[in-house]
Amino acid sequence: MMKEPAGQGAGGLRPPHELEERRERGFMSLESQLLQYLFAGLTLGSIYALIALGFVTIYNVTGIVNFAQGDFAMLGALITVTLYQRTGLFNRVITVDLQLPLPLAIVVAVILTTLIGVVLYVLAIRPARGASVISLIIITIGLSIALRGLGLIIWWTDPYPLPVFTPGPPIEIAGAVLTRQNVWVIGTMLAIVIGLYLFFEHTLLGKALRACAVNRDAARLMGIKADQMALFSFALGAAVSAIAGIVITPSTFMAYDSGTLLSLKGFVAAIMGGLTNAPLAVVGGLLLGLVEAFGAGLLSSAYKDAFAFLTMFVLLLVWASGLFGRRLVEA
Amino acid sequence: MSTVNRKTGLPGRFQLADWITHHQNLAAFLALAAMLAILPLWVTNNYQRSILVFIGFNTMLTVGLSLLMGYTGQISLGHAVFFGCGAYITGLLTARYNWSPWPAIVAAAVLTGLLAYLVGVPIFKLRGHYLAMATLGLNIIFETVVVTETGWTGGSNGLLGIPRLSIGPWVLKSELSYYYVTWAMTLAILAVSLNIVNSRVGRALRAIHASELAAGTMGVEVDAFKLKVLTLSAVYASLAGSLFAFYLQIVTPSSFSFIFSIELVVMVAVGGLSSIWGAIFGAASVTLLGEALRNIMPRLVRGASAEAELLAFGLILVIIMIFMPDGLTAGVAKRLRARRQARREAPGRTEQSADAMP
Repeated sequence: MMKEPAGQGAGGLRPPHELEERRERGFMSLESQLLQYLFAGLTLGSIYALIALGFVTIYNVTGIVNFAQGDFAMLGALITVTLYQRTGLFNRVITVDLQLPLPLAIVVAVILTTLIGVVLYVLAIRPARGASVISLIIITIGLSIALRGLGLIIWWTDPYPLPVFTPGPPIEIAGAVLTRQNVWVIGTMLAIVIGLYLFFEHTLLGKALRACAVNRDAARLMGIKADQMALFSFALGAAVSAIAGIVITPSTFMAYDSGTLLSLKGFVAAIMGGLTNAPLAVVGGLLLGLVEAFGAGLLSSAYKDAFAFLTMFVLLLVWASGLFGRRLVEA
Repeated sequence: MSTVNRKTGLPGRFQLADWITHHQNLAAFLALAAMLAILPLWVTNNYQRSILVFIGFNTMLTVGLSLLMGYTGQISLGHAVFFGCGAYITGLLTARYNWSPWPAIVAAAVLTGLLAYLVGVPIFKLRGHYLAMATLGLNIIFETVVVTETGWTGGSNGLLGIPRLSIGPWVLKSELSYYYVTWAMTLAILAVSLNIVNSRVGRALRAIHASELAAGTMGVEVDAFKLKVLTLSAVYASLAGSLFAFYLQIVTPSSFSFIFSIELVVMVAVGGLSSIWGAIFGAASVTLLGEALRNIMPRLVRGASAEAELLAFGLILVIIMIFMPDGLTAGVAKRLRARRQARREAPGRTEQSADAMP
């Protein structure tokens, strides 16, 4: 039986400090509390929306569900940490002390994570193109586990922080608190969503990707290299996830095992768009964040992860019983 | 099965080779049982014996999962849940309510089977990625509940004070006794599974794997079969969990993490998705690999131990599914056959060999 060293908590995002502090101080009225949950939910939801976008992009172009999506977020964040501050790697055997300025560290980390995504596609996904669904699922699960293992070997079990992007006092709205990092998270999500929309609608490469998603063979007849598009979709998915991971780390630290829960929750959000509809996936992500925040706040914070999965089960079973069409669960 | 003497028409001498060929499974089973019975004569170290016990547990789990995944084509990333249920229920009944061991084992198996059935009815409406994610989600929910409800389960510290297993008046204390009990149970499970696979039920299962639609049109009750296989595999897992509880006398949530579920999938993948015998090979090799990594890695890289397991298992999964999706044994056999075929065809094409097909 494999024994993983006990990390902090069950993995995944830890609740933002601000929320816990304010609740403890007992200052908040009910309306303020609800508004606070709303802010927390939108922040979390933005991350899930970004991961979901990665799922949808890759699934649309290649038909593959990339279980390792959340682990790209983990890699992006931890690489940024390593580049930005003095970090002891491989259980303090090697120390990396590059101390790059934060924006540069972020850019380099996103590029590196994207490259890793491309390498994984070339080494593991492309050779298995014709394989059965079960094989492909197991392969991406294997990749996710391998990345998690790699993360554990390099960065051990510690959760790592990043500094807040713009330090300063949080914004108070009707008794609830919106930290500047929360604004960064939601803003980044909006920027990426708009950016992707423009990309897919108004650039040739974006349209080529969409063509592959609609009909692979017809796209190839038009001279679009489907394999290149598949590779690019992986690169795009990895990049978006990396950015998501980086932007949330100042609020809720990132550890080697945070990727798995992110993958799962991003998947739940992507399901809401049937794995193919990007706007619905974004909405799904935000909704999921809200469900989790309100569930944790109003009902039980220990079970906050369970709420996400209960949502998933309800959704899947509703769809499976044909209320919105059977085809959504035939994967 | 005796041969008939062609000249006299009377029954001839009993030919062992013929018997083995016609009763391959039974012969292999008896050979395995014999080998397991005398193995402790060579393996005298308690640590090594404990590894054999764990291989036994993993085999029980892998056989069930292999039936489920291989013969019904469904993927389960939550099999550890059934193992955990068996362990926790048995532990609770014996440690807290002073049940005697064997009724507790049976009760745990029944309850776990029931849980599997209840979960299976809605969950088998899903396919592919959705089913995989749903089972993974189930595993995580189970873990969360077990860690949180400390009143029942002892939380992260685990359920303590589980007594030793006893058969009648004899209390089992030594590694050797647990080795025999575990493998006796494993052999029983193997026997049942082999019978299933080689019966009408097994053919129905293979039909379902090949094509659910075709099997359905031939009159196979697909949904009922899937549920039965799920329930059976859950019972196997529960039995393993119960023995595990008695063996360690403590049950903690970390043993049923979804990582363990994925480790089981690795065992099934290595052994081959539709092979009962492969399940033993898969369980044994993955367990041994884990132990080897845990013992060797600290010497190679200062401080590293269990972490390398994670990376190694991930890589194994990927490599096997790309190059040998039918499992290690089947994959190697295929390559050997291909090489033999190539060697036969290459020299002297003028020779038309009568048995060109391997």
